[in-house]
Amino acid sequence: MLRKARQWGPPLLLITPSLILIAVFVYGLIAVNAWTSATDMHTAAQSTGVTPSRFVWFENYGQLLGSDSFQHSLKNLLLYTVVFLAGAMFFGFLWAWLLDRPVRFEGVFRSVYLFPMAVSFVASGVVWRWLLNSNQGEQASGLNRLFQMAGLGFMQNNWWNNVDTGIAAIAIPAIWQLSGYIMALFLAGFRGIPDELREAAKIDGASEWQMYRLVLFPQLSPVALSAVIIIGHMSLKVFDLIMSISKPANYQTKVPAIDMFTLKSSYNYADSAAVGAILLLIVLVLIVPYLISVARAGKR
Amino acid sequence: MRIHRKFTGLVAGAAAVSLLLAACSGNDSANDNDNGGGGGDAAGGGEVEVFTWWAAGSEKLGLDALVGVFEEQNPDITFINGSVAGGAGSAAKDLLQSRLQANDPPDTFQAHAGAELTDYINAGQLEDVSDLYDELDLRDAFPADLVDRLTVDGKIYSVPSNIHRANVVWANPTVLEEAGLDPAATYESLDDWFVALDAVEAAGKTPLSLATTWTQVHLLETVLLADLGADAYSGLWDGSTDWAGAEVTAALEDFQKLVGYTNTDRDGLDWPGATQQVMDGQAAFNVMGDWAVAAFEEAGKVAGTDYIYFPVPGTDGVFDFLADSFTLPVGAPHPDGAKAWLATVGSAEGQTAFNMAKGSIPARTDTNPADFSEYQQTAIASFAQDTIVSSLAHGAAAPIATLNGIADATSKFTTGASDLATFQDELVAAVG
Repeated sequence: MLRKARQWGPPLLLITPSLILIAVFVYGLIAVNAWTSATDMHTAAQSTGVTPSRFVWFENYGQLLGSDSFQHSLKNLLLYTVVFLAGAMFFGFLWAWLLDRPVRFEGVFRSVYLFPMAVSFVASGVVWRWLLNSNQGEQASGLNRLFQMAGLGFMQNNWWNNVDTGIAAIAIPAIWQLSGYIMALFLAGFRGIPDELREAAKIDGASEWQMYRLVLFPQLSPVALSAVIIIGHMSLKVFDLIMSISKPANYQTKVPAIDMFTLKSSYNYADSAAVGAILLLIVLVLIVPYLISVARAGKR
Repeated sequence: MRIHRKFTGLVAGAAAVSLLLAACSGNDSANDNDNGGGGGDAAGGGEVEVFTWWAAGSEKLGLDALVGVFEEQNPDITFINGSVAGGAGSAAKDLLQSRLQANDPPDTFQAHAGAELTDYINAGQLEDVSDLYDELDLRDAFPADLVDRLTVDGKIYSVPSNIHRANVVWANPTVLEEAGLDPAATYESLDDWFVALDAVEAAGKTPLSLATTWTQVHLLETVLLADLGADAYSGLWDGSTDWAGAEVTAALEDFQKLVGYTNTDRDGLDWPGATQQVMDGQAAFNVMGDWAVAAFEEAGKVAGTDYIYFPVPGTDGVFDFLADSFTLPVGAPHPDGAKAWLATVGSAEGQTAFNMAKGSIPARTDTNPADFSEYQQTAIASFAQDTIVSSLAHGAAAPIATLNGIADATSKFTTGASDLATFQDELVAAVG
């Protein structure tokens, strides 16, 4: 008993402060958020306790999920995630695959692709707002002007101002910023595969494609999974990029995180908290299976 | 020995926890001391933290001028500038919301006069300043119309510093002439105006420049005002005009038509971008509040030759007003400093200095119009004789939640995600 305590005591003591902090500031606040989302605290007066608020269980969730505009936000989030994920994975893998072969100036290319990640979303958002200007024809600027100059006038479009697919245009800067990071992950993955395996495959008469499909890809799958999780959870939290390219009140680029912010500004704390809880649940759907698989792999 | 060690562990743990708690509470007591000290100072001077979103441009110049008068009148009170930049005041409002929620209010903060104060009042965050009005004779200094609008259940919660007019059209005479229009022409109604807008469109320029959502709401409010008239427009906010009625439908149709004349990149611009298009001769008209005059002057443009202005067609004789005002929050650390600030804000010298720099007009009726620019003189004259109505987009007519609901519906409509009937339904829901 005492020996156990001596084994457990000091480490436990060491992590106690952070345990307490996490318990209060993460899980405690999640609990407060959940509580707020189940009340009818929709006005400023209720938030200061001047007028009472009631417990309404899941009424706010029902109303939110039933409303057209919130469904539009969820649809936008899904579209954004799909485009961002597919784009970043595609370009990240492509660049890693190209750089994996012996190329001259590899270090230069690597840095060039990785640099955009050093820019904050807010700063790059300002520049991309100019590039993604929706004017066409004579008053076009940014990418639309570039298309005209390149004789590709038919490719002009109104970018993020399209009410159905506009959010996909916001994914372009995100892909531009994160592809380099995905490249670095995959490149590390490629480099981690011993040369002997490739040689063995070649000796066994595997074609290039067979070697990738049967030898290299299986070894890259943990890297790919991590990349999907990283991009996926970043995508679900998207906020700053939209704030700096578009405006929070613009309907075409609304996502749940933006809704959460505008509802909070209208003193609608209950609905805002409900949006937060919904976002948390969506992230959990992505993260929990990942954690389970990691835990399983750890046991093996 | 073993037991001893266990105890050491426990003691160490307890010490760690208490240190943590001490760190948290230490902060509090430091704040208390600070507040206590500040309160003590206030008797013989002290300080005042003034929270605004006047951080740049003509607004900053106005604030500086006002501070100049304040320091002259109160040499023993230190002015602390609590201005927050960004998002046309939205960044400041968000920070203010958290500070009030955390019971850490500034000594006084800027807020649009009128319905925007409702949330603060209902939440019990503002002190009644009626006594200050009596003490300084402010009731007689401001127009009766304005004082009525500031009064809630017989109490007044803020002191207005300046008045802006929202229903103004700014136009580029060169573009109008190119389109074969007479720059001196006046337009009786929106229908007359549509003819001119068609002419500009035929000449290949943007007829009407517009920016992001709030400027669209601003345009919507002036269209409602033009089509419904002043009384029915005011009725939209007290429930006597039916939002679902046919007259509102007709106004929304006009709004839809006007949006059809605008630039396609509107959602990416803020108001200076839209006004700039008129200055640069890309667009003929722009509907914006009269703070735009400061932008024209800053660009070295001359009224009459480089730009012209007139009330939005159909709203002549109506003054769509908004006002900035200052408040006394509950629990302000330096209430005496705040009262001194409010006295300066309400004084004729303060209002003259502030508005000469900012380009708005004084709320007081006893200032000398000759001190002000040509545009301001016309606005002062209109404010004295026109019917006054409250602006929606700038917080005078409706509380924030209503305004945000209307803004959401408007953005949805102008991006093409809803038709006119849905738009009207959503407006009814937002106000109801």
